[in-house]
Amino acid sequence: MKKTAFLAAALLAGTAIGASAETLRWARAGDSLTLDPHAQNEGPTHTLAHQMYEPLIIRDMTGAFQAALATDWAPKEGDPNVWVFNLRQGVTFHDGADFTAEDVVFSINRAKSENSDMKELLNSITEVRAVDDHTVEFVTDGPNPILPSNLTNLFMMDKGWAEANGAVDVQDVEGGEKTFATTNTNGTGPYQLVSREPDVKTVLSLNENYWGKDQFPLDVTEIVYTPIQNAATRVAALLSGEVDFIQDVPVQDLGRVADTAGLVVKTAPQNRVIFFGMNQGADDIANDNVEGKNPLADVRVRQAMSMAINRDAIKQVVMRGQSQPAGMIAPPFVNGWTEAMDSASKTDIDAAKALMSDAGYGDGFSIQLDCPNDRYINDEAICQAAVGMLAQIGVTVNLDAKPKAQHFPLITNNQTDFYMLGWGVPTYDSEYIFNFLVHTRGSDRGSWNGTGFSNPEVDQMIQSLASETDLDKRNATIQSIWDVVQAEQLYIPIHHQVLNWGMKESVGIEVSPEDDPKFKFFNLN
Amino acid sequence: MLAYIIRRVFQSVLVLLVVGLVAFAMFRFVGDPVDNMLGQERTQADIERLREQLGLDQPFIVQYWRFLEQAAQGNFGLSYRQGRPVAEILIERLPATLELAFVSGLLALFGGIALGIFTAIRRRGVSANVIMTVSLIGVSLPTFLIGILLIYVFSVELGWLPSFGRGEVTRIGGWTTGFLTESGLKALILPAITLGLYQMTLIMRLVRTEMLEVLRMDYIRFARARGIREKSINFRHALKNTLVPVITITGLQLGSIIAFAIITETVFQWPGVGLLFINAIQFVDIPVMAAYLMMISVMFVGINLIVDMLYFAIDPRLRVDRTAGGH
Repeated sequence: MKKTAFLAAALLAGTAIGASAETLRWARAGDSLTLDPHAQNEGPTHTLAHQMYEPLIIRDMTGAFQAALATDWAPKEGDPNVWVFNLRQGVTFHDGADFTAEDVVFSINRAKSENSDMKELLNSITEVRAVDDHTVEFVTDGPNPILPSNLTNLFMMDKGWAEANGAVDVQDVEGGEKTFATTNTNGTGPYQLVSREPDVKTVLSLNENYWGKDQFPLDVTEIVYTPIQNAATRVAALLSGEVDFIQDVPVQDLGRVADTAGLVVKTAPQNRVIFFGMNQGADDIANDNVEGKNPLADVRVRQAMSMAINRDAIKQVVMRGQSQPAGMIAPPFVNGWTEAMDSASKTDIDAAKALMSDAGYGDGFSIQLDCPNDRYINDEAICQAAVGMLAQIGVTVNLDAKPKAQHFPLITNNQTDFYMLGWGVPTYDSEYIFNFLVHTRGSDRGSWNGTGFSNPEVDQMIQSLASETDLDKRNATIQSIWDVVQAEQLYIPIHHQVLNWGMKESVGIEVSPEDDPKFKFFNLN
Repeated sequence: MLAYIIRRVFQSVLVLLVVGLVAFAMFRFVGDPVDNMLGQERTQADIERLREQLGLDQPFIVQYWRFLEQAAQGNFGLSYRQGRPVAEILIERLPATLELAFVSGLLALFGGIALGIFTAIRRRGVSANVIMTVSLIGVSLPTFLIGILLIYVFSVELGWLPSFGRGEVTRIGGWTTGFLTESGLKALILPAITLGLYQMTLIMRLVRTEMLEVLRMDYIRFARARGIREKSINFRHALKNTLVPVITITGLQLGSIIAFAIITETVFQWPGVGLLFINAIQFVDIPVMAAYLMMISVMFVGINLIVDMLYFAIDPRLRVDRTAGGH
């Protein structure tokens, strides 16, 4: 009975769409890797999932919190270790089932399971319990003031659907069988899956029963998503009108797209900062020509190297104006970012040379720079520019650029002394940066800290951030950690990446810093 | 005959095993899949757990042996990138590549032969010389550049043909075809030209040279002396004798059209196995890379085996030699 009703509704919906179908054809470089919302913690995968599934809280197109499946949330009175979430009422999944607290408990536990890629974001949660049908409590192992910002990509699945289809567990890659949730979806989101061929084409249509029908524009009623890997082809498809909206416009083609009648390019700073890391922790490093000591261990050398980098020249020449020179390794909208710190980088070759000779390296030294060539915008070209700039202060750099699959293991395995890395901050809080890039490398934290930097005092401060509920005090601690990072010149910041979206003039949307278009916000004129 | 075939098959299997061994030895240099599979929040413990699960901590010989064991049972594993069975993905992608290879092959063969004959017969004509000069471009320009050029002219400037993808496809059983819809056929044109251009110019130059050679032969001169019509001489007598080497070359090139569709598929976002392979390399998707390389080598080895057996059937000298050697 329920099934027939649903079918009838779907048929009705079909005719309604037929009457005023507004199709948006969308292309970007990569495809989503899986439809299982907890199997991959990766940009394009989350972007597609956001159209069909919803978390409790989302970030809108400016990056600000917005209520999604939860209507409000707050720490429990009298118990700072518990967060209470009130759920939206009257929400149904695409198959018609009601969304209740049970589904939240199920989804969080699923995302915490061993094969989930999302579990690191939920480390602090010890228990999730349903108080009633529309109230959920998250118990954490200590006060966790920023828990909500860890939930913005944590999608809610239907418990009954997952149990009925054998999708309770996140897929185990070596397990042999693919799971139902890898190729099927049942979310609460504004769009539902019509068809999908991985790497070829995915079609979504408007969910006529969406709870936010009256709150969002929802002008797009059908989405046709085609990944186009080759940048020139992607731009050609936009120029020829075969697609309406593309992400990842290559910087050399921006002018071409903007000059074409009917097309516009929109630009915004991305949540990603590009920088160099230096191995200061080792007694002697392998990839230099200095025997018996490590030039990078001297803070004056690190400062000199930072001063030698002309960030404006990189912006003008390498990035064609599409970057924002950086003085700290936090993107501008992250809690803890200050304008003073971000504009701290100055280019001064004479002062840099003086610092080098003070440190005893007046004649310079040579070192190898490891750089990816397929990960960040013009990554290899930035490194090439840096090679020339560092030569001015006597640092001879041998550039070794490799594909990302070979580059990142070097950082993970401590096999590089001087490397490029880019970092995005999904939680919009400095703690995330400190945990991964500043804390001493250990089993829980510091996994991306390839600098060998280790300061117990700083580690202590970083750990205290996780449970400090007094926000003023917490922000003060964040500032003192940044002071150390800046004074130590732990990293050499280069720039904040800038995102470019190309689209037809009729498409009304602003670029989101996460590079994740959420189509329910799109206007079509 | 039987002993010969058995020996050839045995050699082919050996070649396959060696290809697999070299492939597995190379995978370590492509990179580490674990970093791609786990998000940036992964811990060292996650990395080690996954590496152990996937058997990546084992020497490549062990990894290869495991692959062979599984492959012998028809199981090529799950793609690290897509989480779906590799065999399923390859079967899904193969029609696109085969159809593209088929159309480019036809284009190369018929276009090449026609232009070859034309330039041979009219070898002093202006248009023949123009064709010969232009054909140099086909041999010397890299494929991706030709592809991009065609896209800019026919998709962006003229707006006649699609710049990417396969258009609407029709599903017939396990096969998807673009031959039955207008958009599917339109989508085939540019990639097929891009992929087939090199082979076409190759065949054209081959036909022209062979044809010029044959036209100088005594029997052609005698035929002319007997007053046989020019058309009949060119197409019945000369062409037939020209085609033997052309067919040999075409057979050998067929394999490379399929194997080297990689670049064309990347430029046109053509959803075939070549594009799949490129994605697999970027992600270090070892099961897909292994299965693709094995598939391509089975194809090459298979074609060679058939060619060898055809020689055996066609060329009586091979048989005579064998029997003579036996006495």
